[in-house]
Amino acid sequence: MSLLDDPQVRRNVERLPIEFDDYGFDRFGLSRKALVRAYSPMAYIYRHYLKVTAFGLENVPATGRGLIIPNHSGGLGADAAMILTSLILNDEAPRLGQGMAEYFLTRSPFARPALRKLGHLTGLPEHGEQLLNDERLLLVFPEGARGAGKLYKDRYKLVRFGTGFMRLALKTGTPVIPCAFIGGEESFPQLFHIKWLAKLLNGPFVPVAPQLILFPLPVACQVYYGPPMHFEGDGSEPDHVIQQYVDEVRHAMERLISTGLDARPTAFMFERMPDSDQEQRR
Amino acid sequence: MKILITGISGTLARGVAYRLVRRGHEVVGIDRRPWPDVPEGVEMHQADIRKRPAEDVFRISRPDALIHMATVTHFTTTTEERYRINLGGTRKLFEYCHEYGVKQAVFAGRHTVYGATPDSPLYHTEDEPPLAGAAFKELADLVAADLYAGSALWRWPELNTAVLRLCYFLGPSRGGTLAGFLSKSRVPMVLGFDPLYQLMHEWDAEEAITLAVEKQLRGVFNVAGPAPVPLSVVCSATGKRAVPIPEPLYSSVLGRFGFPYLPDDAVAHVKYPIVIDNKAFVEATGFVPRYSAKQTMEGFRWN
Repeated sequence: MSLLDDPQVRRNVERLPIEFDDYGFDRFGLSRKALVRAYSPMAYIYRHYLKVTAFGLENVPATGRGLIIPNHSGGLGADAAMILTSLILNDEAPRLGQGMAEYFLTRSPFARPALRKLGHLTGLPEHGEQLLNDERLLLVFPEGARGAGKLYKDRYKLVRFGTGFMRLALKTGTPVIPCAFIGGEESFPQLFHIKWLAKLLNGPFVPVAPQLILFPLPVACQVYYGPPMHFEGDGSEPDHVIQQYVDEVRHAMERLISTGLDARPTAFMFERMPDSDQEQRR
Repeated sequence: MKILITGISGTLARGVAYRLVRRGHEVVGIDRRPWPDVPEGVEMHQADIRKRPAEDVFRISRPDALIHMATVTHFTTTTEERYRINLGGTRKLFEYCHEYGVKQAVFAGRHTVYGATPDSPLYHTEDEPPLAGAAFKELADLVAADLYAGSALWRWPELNTAVLRLCYFLGPSRGGTLAGFLSKSRVPMVLGFDPLYQLMHEWDAEEAITLAVEKQLRGVFNVAGPAPVPLSVVCSATGKRAVPIPEPLYSSVLGRFGFPYLPDDAVAHVKYPIVIDNKAFVEATGFVPRYSAKQTMEGFRWN
């Protein structure tokens, strides 16, 4: 079955710079088998439905620690899924992006082991540190859930950033790779939120988009990775210094976002955006 | 060196005694339980650590070091008795150490003292507080004993105290907490959960305790071997059938239908992981486990 066993995903999962034991697990409980099974359908969506093009993958370190810092785009998590898929499908140097999971998910049956098998541990600062010290690639959305619930009228405007990721980067000496995800807001334009339902479900928000179902429209999306940024310090700096560093990352992301928005011929683009670099290489 | 082992008839303690004798140490042992075929080089006293004869062993034998392994769990002992042995006994022993000039004390504790909760991180370090007592009252006495043993570090600074927090072990003796959990043909899992379990070979655990004495370790140390594996893998590798049980029914099947008995609170330990970071111990002793998780589990299966 190629939808659950994609050859490119399988090949690249084998090449990940991660040590697996005799049973195909790493020291955090990541499962090689689960990675192939989960990323195979994602690769299909990546290629044929959301038609994602990734630019600047050479900015992602081939090995060693790194913090990928993207904007939130679209409230369904398609942004995270497609960014992670672009990292796995990078034939030059496949990487596994590991996220920090929401607390309520890691208390839930089935969700907890499933997330762990894909490398997403409970969102604790200790886990971030442990993963980076183990030379992993961490995916952190600095806007948090606030950013995911952005309405269509506020599309591609960054909301307030958390500063935790910067202290983590400084403490562990990790390069920050700014990242922009374009197209998520068009594939799932959030018109309004049903607040009472969110409260009832105890979730962050329940969005409503024109398609009425919780699934994205087939709008072509793009991912842009900026050059790695290195910051000096040990994480114990006063708030204003941290804030200044965070703003630098924020500006880099804003530049990537405006580059990405300008590059699109139309906002609602249903054709894949060509990648001239990649065509030349082939 | 003359080394006193309390609880010497226990699974791990016998192995530690053999190892120490083989390396040319003199071993004295105390246990309430007999050790019928006690090997040459081990001086065995059948006594209770809280009673007078135990103090006599300190006074007459004058050991240089103590390895305290006379702690009991809820599997064998009632709550009141556990507090008397684990806390009262530990207190007495440390007082004797101080009084009779023992230079080194090693407390062999358990990694379960950290507790299993959904929001706790993997790879616990020694500076984290042991929280198991909050959710699992059958472990509260062991948590207290662990902390009390640690308090000897400031109470009697001249006594070199090492508190070891050992992860689960499996081995040919088929003793220990995890072996008990895997003792029947079926292993009760909680539906929708599959925590990481950290285990080491019994012989590696014995070696780690021996090293702690020989290297004159001081402080609190996590002791673990290979990287953890999911519980489902532990079951399949040891040839057991993992049976997922919906959480509301979990406590009612324990001890029945071919499942082992566990106290109600133990369900957290089947849902969430307890994984420890052994970096400090490895740095202090140069400990290298000889057996991988696979070798340990398959050895246990076919033994």
